[in-house]
Parts: sequence; C-alpha cells; structure tokens
Amino acid sequence: MKNALPILTVVAVLMALWYVAVVPMNAPWERNQAAMRGEEISFGQILTATMNQDRPVLPAPHQVLIGLYEQTLGCEAVGRRVCRATTPLNLENFLTRLNETRTSVRSLIYHGWVTLSATMLGFIFGTGAGILLAVGIVYNRAMDSSVMPWAIASQTIPIIALAPMIIVVLNSVGISGMVPKAIIAAYLSFFPVVVGMVKGLRAPDAMQMDLMKTYSASGLGVFLKLRLPTSMPYLFASLKVGIAAALVGTIVGELPVQQGGLGVRLLSGSYYGQTVQIWAALFAAAILAAGLVGIVALIERRVLARMGMAS
Amino acid sequence: MTETNSAAGHAARAEYGAVIEARDLSLTFTTNDGPVHALKDVTLTISKGEFVSFIGPSGCGKTTFLRTIADLEQPTAGTLTVNGMTPHQARMARAYGYVFQAAGLYPWRTIGGNVRLPLEIMGFSRAEQKERCARVLELVELAGFEKKFPWQLSGGMQQRASIARALAFDADILLMDEPFGALDEIVRDRLNEELLKLWARTQKTIGFVTHSIPEAVYLSTKIVVMSPRPGRITDVIDSTLPKERPLDIRDSPEFIDIAHRVREGLRAGYDEAGA
Repeated sequence: MKNALPILTVVAVLMALWYVAVVPMNAPWERNQAAMRGEEISFGQILTATMNQDRPVLPAPHQVLIGLYEQTLGCEAVGRRVCRATTPLNLENFLTRLNETRTSVRSLIYHGWVTLSATMLGFIFGTGAGILLAVGIVYNRAMDSSVMPWAIASQTIPIIALAPMIIVVLNSVGISGMVPKAIIAAYLSFFPVVVGMVKGLRAPDAMQMDLMKTYSASGLGVFLKLRLPTSMPYLFASLKVGIAAALVGTIVGELPVQQGGLGVRLLSGSYYGQTVQIWAALFAAAILAAGLVGIVALIERRVLARMGMAS
Repeated sequence: MTETNSAAGHAARAEYGAVIEARDLSLTFTTNDGPVHALKDVTLTISKGEFVSFIGPSGCGKTTFLRTIADLEQPTAGTLTVNGMTPHQARMARAYGYVFQAAGLYPWRTIGGNVRLPLEIMGFSRAEQKERCARVLELVELAGFEKKFPWQLSGGMQQRASIARALAFDADILLMDEPFGALDEIVRDRLNEELLKLWARTQKTIGFVTHSIPEAVYLSTKIVVMSPRPGRITDVIDSTLPKERPLDIRDSPEFIDIAHRVREGLRAGYDEAGA
C-alpha cells in the first residue's frame, strides 16, 4: 500500500499532461469546422469541444475509459437489446452482460481472451524452447558456439515482417487458428529465457562446482541440485520479459489473420479512424500485460520465498 | 560405499601404514607468463588418525596440495595415493569430506537441507538421511537449527554447518582449506577447540590448511611448513603436545617452542626463495 502514493502521483501527472495535449491535437479540426461554417470559435468552445470529439486525433483519457467500459460491459459490447434488458446494472444483470460479452465480436473481453489464450500457449512453447536451448548451450560445446548467434540474429528480424510469412507457411500445411499466433509469440519469448537461463545455469561459482565434484555427483545431480536451483532468480526475471514479449508477438500475429484478438481491434480501429477503439484496445493490451507480468512476479515471490531467497 | 572399496582401503593401509602418501609430487601450471611451479617434489606420508596442518605464505602450494589429494587438481609428476587408491578412485569412492574457506551453503536450502545434500546425491535412504543429519548437526552443536536458512546464521555457525555437511557421509578423511580464515579471532578459537573435540570423537584423518601459526600448532599432530616459488615442504614438525589440549596450552613453553620452530621454518623458506 505504501507504493500506492508514488504510483498514483505519476498517474495523475500523466493524466494531466494527456489532457493538456488533447487540446492542441484536436483543435485544428474544430477550427476547420468553424471556418467552414463561417463562424468564430472561442478558446473556451475549443476547450470543451476537443474533449468530446467523435474521432479525435488524440482521445481524452475519459473517452478512453468510457470506450473501455463500452467495449467490455457496455452497450457497444453486448448490443442495444441486451443493454436495455439488463439496465440497471445489478449483480444478476452484470452476470448476464458478462455472459453476453464473452462471445460478442465487439467486446474487448472476447478479443482479449483470444489474445490471452494464444499468448499463454506461445509463452509455454517459448519458455520450453528457451530452457531446452539454454541447457544445450551450457552442456554442449558445439551448441554453445553455434546457437547463440542465431538466437540473436532471430531477434534482429522485425517480427512484423516475419509474422505474415509464418502464418502463410503454416496455413499451407494446414495449421491455422491459435497455433501460428502462438508460434510467433514463442519466437519472441524464447529469447529472454535463453539468455537468462544460460546465465543462470552458469551462475554456480567454481567452489560450488568443486563441492559437487568432491561428492562425485553425476551430471544430472549437478544439474538438479546445483545449476537448476541457482538459475531460478534468472529464470523468473526472463519470464517477466518473455510473457510481455509473447503478448506483443500474439498481437502482431493477429494483424494479418483477422480472426479475432486485440490486434484485430487495433487494426480495424485504424481502418475506420476509430481512435477511441484503438486506444481502448491498447489499454486492454497493457492491462493484460501488466496482469500477466504481475502473476509471474507473484509466482516468483512464492517460489523464491520457499527457496529462502525472498528479497 | 561398496565393500570392495573399503576392503581395498584397509588392505592398502595395512600395507603402506598410510592414508595419504605423496612421493615426489609436482604440479606445474602453465600460464601466459610461463610455468608456475605450484608443487615441486613433495614427499609426505599422513597416517590414519593424524591431524596434519599445512602452513606457509600464499603461493606455497598448501591449498594446491590439498586440492590434489581431493582430485580437484591433477599432478604433473610423482605419485599420490589416498587410502591406497589413486585420488580419482578415492574421490569416486567418496573417501573424503572437503571444507572450503567459504561455508558455501546453498542459500535455497535449509541447514538440514544443506547437510542432506551429499546424502541425497549419494543415494542414502530418507530415514538414514534424517538420522545422519541429526547426528552431525549434534556433533557441530547446531542441533535445533535444521530448519533455519543459512542467512539466518552467523558466519561461524555457517562454517560449522559446512563441516557437518562434510562429515555427513562418514568419509574417514576430512580435508579443510582455511575453514576459519574468514572468521574473527574469538569465533576461531572456539571453533578450533570444537574441532579438536570433534576429531577426538570421530577419529578422522584431517588435512588442514591455515596461515595462522597458533592455529596450526594448537590443532595438529603434525605441522607441514611450506614455502613458495617453487611450492615445497621445508619442514615437517611432529607435535609433542598432549592429545588433550585446553586453550591455555598456548601459553605453555612447549607450545611456544613448536611455534618458534614453525616460524623459523617459514623464515628459512622465505630467505631461500628470496635468494
């Protein structure tokens, strides 16, 4: 709780700056409109008008928040009929709306779920691949000198260029839907895991390795009793980066597929100039990412506390 | 371990009368600045139940010698047997416990977990792990600390836990590389006293590296004085002190005599190396 004040302060400052920026960003359109009508427009009128445009260049924070509500539990998501039937919003109606919004193509909850499931699958793929590669790099001299440059090279290719190709290739062999997006997510998320785990598995110092040698411990013994536990803090640091990267990968993977997901909301928003929709989807993605990283951090705290390494 | 190993060990001991025997042992490291003679023609016999200290300035090869016994370094010339076997065979047979300068406890394991570590690796049953863990923690006076994590213990207690860990699997040789080097004088005195008691109770053969003259004289039945460049033995002193040693024995004339001889040995080695 004592962290709340600094965070809220920063949020308040950002909000203030955002509101200040809204006026000059949206003012030219208002002036144009006024000029076309042949009217004079006062600063006060501009001030109020720029906060509530239909298609603002920069939507005001409250517009984004309303957009978020509308596209999750509001009328835009559940449809006018259901919306009317479930007003006022008591608990029963809330559950009805929640049920409706799960399947509505206009709902960020539906699209968020599509993105989340592909992200999780990709994160699992990526983490698994990352750990396996790291073990290979640490234990195999040939892999040590050959894999890392490729892993680094893989991350220098813009994912936006690679994603359509992965989807087309996989589609041609009959794989479509969630898996191609998950593979793109994995492509982004394996890298931090490889880097972190290689570092972590190599973290035991010479003395700790000597100690295992004096027990004439087997290779598996050294791995399970020393290298793996030593690498845990490194692994969790990587997982936090990796899960956020997986989300980005999934969203990028959704752009060419157009079969649901936050990426689709972002793209369709930009097609139709629905800036509020774009920002709402952006915020949904950010909330999702924060939630995922938060869950990993929570697991990290639990695991490291049990290992006596609580920080 | 296996019966054949210990049988071979007994036979060898009867034959050689020695647990550790080094003959003309040399170890040369090749570095970018040319060869470094860490050990040169070291010949030494350690009998069962002896407490042998290795003392000398840094670079004299005392730690290297201990590590060679433990098969953590490979000699470049000469012969070395441990329990009548090669150091490698001895290590595979888990013939010794090794205590490093730092306690090196795994921070993610409790004290009990750390002591059980070698037992887990060596495949002892759960019941036996528990029994042995309790016994050795008792031995180093850490009973009741089994569930504590290392960071909850003082440096001296951590080092005692690491000794317990080395004792847990009952190897009859204990190799200790400046185990109390990082501890303050008061804790060190106490641990020295406890180590002597522990040695009397367990009848182990102990190899002990130190750079403290009083520590070496107080603990040992045999003091090996070494000097650097090249690392070699300059004097081997058999202690005439009684086995029962209260701390104030350090003020006795006998103790001071032995300490004097160690100091002379160190100085002789230093002059030689300087010349």
